[in-house]
Amino acid sequence: MAHVTIDRVSKDYQAGVRAVDSVSIDIADSEFIVLVGPSGCGKSTLLRMVAGLETITEGEIGIGGRVINHVDPADRDIAMVFQNYALYPHMTVRNNMAYGLKNRGMNRADIEKRVAEAAAILRLQDYLERRPRQLSGGQRQRVAMGRAIVREPAAFLFDEPLSNLDAKLRVDMRGEIKQLQKRLGTTSIYVTHDQLEAMTMADRIVVLNGGRIEQIGTPLDVYRQPQSAFVASFIGSPAMNLITARGESGNLVIGDQTVVMDGAMTVPDGPVTLGVRAEDMKPADHGATAHLELAIDYVEELGAGRLVHGHVGDARLALSTPSGEPLSDLLPIVFDRQRLHLFDTATGRRL
Amino acid sequence: MKRTQFSSPVLPYLFLLPQMTVVFIFFYWPSVQAIQSSFYLEDPFGFGSTFVGLSNYTDALGSGEYLKIAWFTAVFTIVVTFLSLSIGLLLAAKADGVIRGSSSYKTLLICVYAIAPPVAGLIGMMFFDQHIGPFVKLAAWAGWDMKVGINYYDTAFAMIVVSVWKQIPYNFIFFLSGLQGVPVSIREAAAIDCRSPARRFRTVMLPLLAPTAFFLLVINMTYSLFDTFGIIDVIVKDKAANNPITLVYKVYMDGFRGNDIGGSSAQSVILMIVVFVLTVFQFRFIERRVHYN
Ligand SMILES: Nc1ncnc2c1ncn2[C@@H]1O[C@H](COP(=O)(O)OP(=O)(O)OP(=O)(O)O)[C@@H](O)[C@H]1O
Ligand SMILES: [Mg+2]
Repeated sequence: MAHVTIDRVSKDYQAGVRAVDSVSIDIADSEFIVLVGPSGCGKSTLLRMVAGLETITEGEIGIGGRVINHVDPADRDIAMVFQNYALYPHMTVRNNMAYGLKNRGMNRADIEKRVAEAAAILRLQDYLERRPRQLSGGQRQRVAMGRAIVREPAAFLFDEPLSNLDAKLRVDMRGEIKQLQKRLGTTSIYVTHDQLEAMTMADRIVVLNGGRIEQIGTPLDVYRQPQSAFVASFIGSPAMNLITARGESGNLVIGDQTVVMDGAMTVPDGPVTLGVRAEDMKPADHGATAHLELAIDYVEELGAGRLVHGHVGDARLALSTPSGEPLSDLLPIVFDRQRLHLFDTATGRRL
Repeated sequence: MKRTQFSSPVLPYLFLLPQMTVVFIFFYWPSVQAIQSSFYLEDPFGFGSTFVGLSNYTDALGSGEYLKIAWFTAVFTIVVTFLSLSIGLLLAAKADGVIRGSSSYKTLLICVYAIAPPVAGLIGMMFFDQHIGPFVKLAAWAGWDMKVGINYYDTAFAMIVVSVWKQIPYNFIFFLSGLQGVPVSIREAAAIDCRSPARRFRTVMLPLLAPTAFFLLVINMTYSLFDTFGIIDVIVKDKAANNPITLVYKVYMDGFRGNDIGGSSAQSVILMIVVFVLTVFQFRFIERRVHYN
């Protein structure tokens, strides 16, 4: 157990090609950090630098107060769970878990004990003598977890460990990993491109884009106060509506309609990017004044509710409503005006 | 294994026909001929043959010369197989460390090695040329008066070195592609689990290479037994009879030089039996221990 510090770390694969650009994260002891971002944003690269599988071009990484830039991966006191599990195909489940301990010269009895404990936690007792190819995907995943936890390392590193599982198993394992991490209290860095995994598992989320950090914060922070249009569009499902609007004397002009703000938030004059989540709009009650009239394009029925897609001028919007009454073609809607997000059209930063 | 459906039941056999024909003409038919003539004493001038039962076999197995050659063949095979496998593996492991990730370099390296074996064989032979061979000169310089083709042990040494030398590229290519076939993430997991590269190689890479190694073991033993014929021929040709030769070479000598077709056939049948037993042994006791996936 240890805190992990990532201090202005950069990675160039070739000269001029920055995969990770001056990233700094302070990870507290026992914290569960999730690195999330689109494909190619550098999250695996960052994790692999912590693991020692990639060299660090610039900056410093410390684990438990010790700078580990030039420490051998085996001596960093970390354990990693790989996307394809990377189990040793020629070893039994037991030996897969024991291998790292044997190489560290631990005595036989202690190894036995740790493997037995891990197997009990992960419900692998019946499979200890099998080889990886005789296991299901979910079981292999648990063996990979077991191999990490027997080590009792300072930090766990996960690189998309659930992406090879089917949807249902993924949800189950998500809960299991999270619980296990809380119980063991081991500092963890978890890489995923799935924002839902990030939201449900993280103590804090780090959103990466193009090798840079867009935002670091708790899941709620990142959801409620996205610091950039990129974060706003990446976190949350359905994705936040991002439309171009114009500020005019404190009100928002969308297409040919004006949303009267009544000072609910300060709107600068000129073009802005307006962000609004599907659940922060609803059809206006009868008689109430609507903020906007939405021309409906189509409706997605989701069972628990429905997602109504429409447009105002050029701007496309989706809002969630309860299922039920049929909708007219032109739907008057009201915003939860405190929950609107404004971003700079040029930089994408939150205003 | 996937089951493919053919529209006509005859079609698959038709596909097999060319292969079966080749196997039959070049393998079964000569084998049957050899077995047959091993029971006869053939007149050297082709005037008929006499049935002699097992006496060709008892003659061969009872001869001190034959047993000496058999002994040399065994030593030769084991030494050549062991050396060419281990040197090939060593080189492959070194190359693997260097070319990780740069695939053009790998193609280049493999190309060079793929062209090499016949050329390597020639060069190897020249090394031991009595007059211009650099190896002979080197040995002379170190005080070893090497007489390939005259001294039994010097000749054996040269045969082994050239045979190993010629087979290394082949083993190198297979070991290298075997090593490159080990998933990167498994190497990385091992790098985190084990600090010592040598130990990692022994406990993870080597076991994963076992199927390749097994395949090469079979190939190399066959090579040492049979395909070294050319090398031996060049080294001992027309030289004194007390040179070391292998069983295959003796089959050739007795059959084509000595015109003893019956005896030579009996010897090839003995060889066939040896190879058969070896192959069965290899597949029964080694093969089942090396396949994981
Ligand atoms: N070995 C490498 N050599 C050169 N460039 C690389 C190498 N590995 C990754 N990159 C580049 O670095 C960038 C970041 O890659 P990385 O693997 O960290 O992305 P990622 O965020 O993990 O994406 P994904 O979700 O697809 O796994 C990408 O643009 C990629 O092309
Ligand atoms: Mg990745």
